[in-house]
Amino acid sequence: MKIHEYQARQIFREYGIPVPDDKLCHSVKEVEEAVANKNGMTVIKAQVLAGGRGKAGGVKLAKTKSEAVEHAKKILGMDIKGYTVEKVLVTDAVDIKKEFYVGLINDRNTKSVILMVSAEGGVEIEEVAKTNPEKIIKYPIDPLTGLLDYEARNIAMKLFGDIKLVRQAASIFQKLYKLYVATDSTLAEINPLIVNTEDQIWAIDGKMNFDDNALFRQPEILAMREPDEDELKEIDAHEKGLSYIKLDGTIGCMVNGAGLAMATMDMIKLYGGSPANFLDIGGSSNPQKVVDAMNILLSDKNVKAVMINIFGGITRCDDVARGLIKALKIINTDVPIVVRLSGTNATEGLAMIEQTGLPTVKTMSEAAKKAIELSNR
Amino acid sequence: MSILINKNTKLVVQGITGRDGGFHASKMKEYGTQVVAGVSPGKEGETVNGIPVFNSVENAVKATGANTSVIFVPAAFAADAILEASAAGIDLVIAISEGVPVNDMIRVMPILKRNKTKLIGPNCPGLITPGESLVGILPGTIFKKGNVGLMSRSGTLTYEVVNMLTESNLGQTTCVGIGGDPVAGLYYLDLLEMFENDPDTEAVVLIGEIGGDAEEQAARFITEKMSKPVVAFIAGQTAPSGKRMGHAGAIISSGSGTAAEKIAAFDKAGVPVAKEPSEIPLLLKEKLIKIHA
Repeated sequence: MKIHEYQARQIFREYGIPVPDDKLCHSVKEVEEAVANKNGMTVIKAQVLAGGRGKAGGVKLAKTKSEAVEHAKKILGMDIKGYTVEKVLVTDAVDIKKEFYVGLINDRNTKSVILMVSAEGGVEIEEVAKTNPEKIIKYPIDPLTGLLDYEARNIAMKLFGDIKLVRQAASIFQKLYKLYVATDSTLAEINPLIVNTEDQIWAIDGKMNFDDNALFRQPEILAMREPDEDELKEIDAHEKGLSYIKLDGTIGCMVNGAGLAMATMDMIKLYGGSPANFLDIGGSSNPQKVVDAMNILLSDKNVKAVMINIFGGITRCDDVARGLIKALKIINTDVPIVVRLSGTNATEGLAMIEQTGLPTVKTMSEAAKKAIELSNR
Repeated sequence: MSILINKNTKLVVQGITGRDGGFHASKMKEYGTQVVAGVSPGKEGETVNGIPVFNSVENAVKATGANTSVIFVPAAFAADAILEASAAGIDLVIAISEGVPVNDMIRVMPILKRNKTKLIGPNCPGLITPGESLVGILPGTIFKKGNVGLMSRSGTLTYEVVNMLTESNLGQTTCVGIGGDPVAGLYYLDLLEMFENDPDTEAVVLIGEIGGDAEEQAARFITEKMSKPVVAFIAGQTAPSGKRMGHAGAIISSGSGTAAEKIAAFDKAGVPVAKEPSEIPLLLKEKLIKIHA
């Protein structure tokens, strides 16, 4: 799960990381009110769940109140990577002496949380990782001790010479780690972390992602979720025990198992078609799940054919067939469907489906070819 | 021979009185696995399909000599169950539970390392040494004893491939489902080494997917350390960036972890990558003919 910058800033503040004052605004009028009492310069920042906002023109410095309002007019309603800007953050501008990067991520290889810092702040860290990987300092944190004082200090010393700045930065690293663990984050980034002309360190932009598996114990984080249209569908599917992701193609797929679902999408592509979605119905052949899955699939108007690909292991193909037959009685559709059942009790399942007149096949490859053929009719 | 489990494996089922735990305990026993005990706090003295239930893993180990554990408890309690098994001296823990928070797994790892406990999973279907022992939720009937080792991040895709192998008369030494989570126990490098050292394994199938760079590491390991042939398949070539494809670990983040990168790494290592699952038995047979020629 992702959150907006303004939400990440709120979390940073709660944990004592210094963040400049800001105000979230949904309209030009709200921006006018927000800058009314401000004397200094401000920054107007688009709040969308996409990276590269600055490059897209969604972050602007304003020297005067009227300039702030002008920027807000342009930014509100702007499209950034497919997201419409519906709100902007108005923040105090800071006199930046130098920018740094600080981030925490889960690392698959060390099986730990890694602290990453770099003196190359303010740019996308992925770029630095590609062009100058030696400029990123990585430090795996022992989960049993956390980030100890001396560790945080020694890392900060690689970025700063002045001990006062070292202490400020070290404290921010430790606070960031504390909130990372407490909120079940999978990414917590301050980019940039800046030193101002008065030698104070501030976090002036933040990004946080959270572990979907841990949301059950993070009600405050879950309450911050602001899903877009596609994500609403994904969340709805998840609540029904399905895993669904919409794509741009024309062949809807319903599969049991995530790996097999991905392999099914790939196979459609291999034979010249394009998958309309990823859909894993999981290990159950519960008829209601099949009905829900078909409803979600067919709500996508681009779908010209449906490929059902089931490999029965513990799941029995005759149970799946029963679910399908029930589902097709409830759902009226003229979208052609091809059914592939293999594995446990496939013969019985296929015989049941054949009675309904739906085309059945034995292998994945045949199913993909047939679905593509049907979608082109 | 085989790796990790065999006919001498003595299994304890944690969460045996739950729906899944009970069902699969019976299935494993039916397959021939020595299921010696179950654990469910407060239910010591009961039995599930003839399997004695204990209050703790410690009690189960003392009474039965169990050396392997399989975990079916809900995700929120899985980390604790893994640590309980490790503390009780279990050598190999297989966590089936899906949806375990990754921070829980990160905290578990250093303790397992200290206790020298091997872990498979979480969010995995388990493993099988055909004809000897099945631990997990794999459908036993599709497997066949033979000389191919298999490791996979997937469940049903593995069954699909195994079914094709068995139909092509390519039996298996051991098949391991390593699970779909980003932070997991034994992974490709550990298992490749085990298969390399297993005298009965002649060739290995590796089924990978998008996310992380473990396949790239496996490719390097194969080049440097493996004498036995490996055939690979990678799922997720059509997966979009930034979306979690069912498995928590199956995500392309910031453009890395793509199928294309993984396939390129295997190409470079001389590991054939099947275009579709049905090509795997053909590629394996080509490799095996060369060995036996």
